Amino acid sequence: MTATTEAAAPKTTPLYDSHVAAGAKIVDFAGWAMPIHYGSQLKEHEIVRSDAGMFDVSHMCVIDITGAEAKDWLRTLIANDVEKLGFEGKALYSGMLTPEGTVIDDLIVYLTHYGYRMVVNAGTADKDIAWMLKQAEGRAVELTVRRELAMIAVQGPNAIEKACKVLHEEWESTIKGLKVFQGFPFGSVEEGWFIARTGYTGEDGLEIMLPAEEAPLFWKALIGAGVAPIGLGARDTLRLEAGMNLYGHDMDETISPLQAGMGWTIAWEPTDRNFIGRAALEAEKAAGVKCKQVGLVLEGRGVLREGLKVVVEGVGEGIITSGTFSPTLKHSVAIARVPAGTGVTAQVDLRGTLTDVRIVKMPFVRNGKKVFS
Amino acid sequence: MSNVPAELKYVNSHEWLRLESDGTVTIGITDHAQELLGDIVFVELPEVGAQLDADATAGVVESVKAASDVYAPIAGEVVDVNVELESSPELANSDPYGAAWFFRVKPANVADLDKCLTAAEYSKEIGV
Repeated sequence: MTATTEAAAPKTTPLYDSHVAAGAKIVDFAGWAMPIHYGSQLKEHEIVRSDAGMFDVSHMCVIDITGAEAKDWLRTLIANDVEKLGFEGKALYSGMLTPEGTVIDDLIVYLTHYGYRMVVNAGTADKDIAWMLKQAEGRAVELTVRRELAMIAVQGPNAIEKACKVLHEEWESTIKGLKVFQGFPFGSVEEGWFIARTGYTGEDGLEIMLPAEEAPLFWKALIGAGVAPIGLGARDTLRLEAGMNLYGHDMDETISPLQAGMGWTIAWEPTDRNFIGRAALEAEKAAGVKCKQVGLVLEGRGVLREGLKVVVEGVGEGIITSGTFSPTLKHSVAIARVPAGTGVTAQVDLRGTLTDVRIVKMPFVRNGKKVFS
Repeated sequence: MSNVPAELKYVNSHEWLRLESDGTVTIGITDHAQELLGDIVFVELPEVGAQLDADATAGVVESVKAASDVYAPIAGEVVDVNVELESSPELANSDPYGAAWFFRVKPANVADLDKCLTAAEYSKEIGV
């Protein structure tokens, strides 16, 4: 199972040694050596749903955007509209699109006192930066890639309480006052601490950016406060239960956001905001969007997995883009892209057997509880 | 580090075999296999009475990560299956050589066991 390749050694985060010391099983994730689990993915999943766990997400990339044209530029760069960011620290989820209206990446952008902060995926970071630099040519926009920062996501019903035990006491009231999807720098921007009430698990929690050299000690302190290290395996089952897209699986540069459940992230108004991809999306809408994203539920035995064919009788075929066993629900759930005319039932080709599945509105789980009916 | 008990026999597809005193052979998946699979969430077992050829598919084990076939390491008739494993598939992770045995066969030819790997050979195979 272990293949020897001549590819470059995977990159490591500042927390790599901490993961190894905690007994992590390390895998190559988008060119990064990351922990997949520390013993049991299922136990780690449950800890995040019931208490507090933390993820090393330092492989994701933080980019600060400044300059006189930063706002105008972002209003053309991404499909959602930063004009909506009504107060400092507010965050926005958006796709960054090609002119053909497909997804280069999905990202979060925060309004900060100095401009904007963007967080993009690990596997797409280099591509994103090259695209952004190209779009910034001749504009009064400056991009600062903050690779010197680590990032730790603390998630779960007790996450904020436990994280506050090891953060500066004087920050506590501000952190507890953070609105959902809001984040601030704590101290100066150069010092590097930035804390946001965001996450990727369907639970409350924080995403904490901090200087790389301070990360191992902070990680250790969080363990001391009862926050368990959680691997990328549980991160995937948690985000899937929460019905959240994963780049490279549920969407990519071959898929339009309209077909990937990201229609809500496109700001069509004002109509004169000519963001990259707009014309293509308007044409797609006018012609009728052919596919839609749905949730699938299999209440019997078996696990729905990415790539499996979905058969919708009388309508056509689709595909599972992410599928897993749901540790919270104790059965399998999946995200699928199916023909637009799909109703409430479908079948999945499960190891050669067409098996009935239900089509539901996502998310599957929110704050630890089943939400679909 | 995977556990490879010296008293058992093994095959390359990561099943173990134990010859019982009544002449039947108990079969399960190895510690190495469960480690590769990660958390196991469903197990499908063969029917009692089924006649299995060597290397025939005898069941399925599904983990959070992947689905994997379980093979009959030797030919024989299935005389018993571990139904407890269907309701508690996680036993395959916690006790692969004990409570998580999969099925038991009456071997077509007991000498087939000699063709299986010894613990030392299997250890070499999986690099431990």
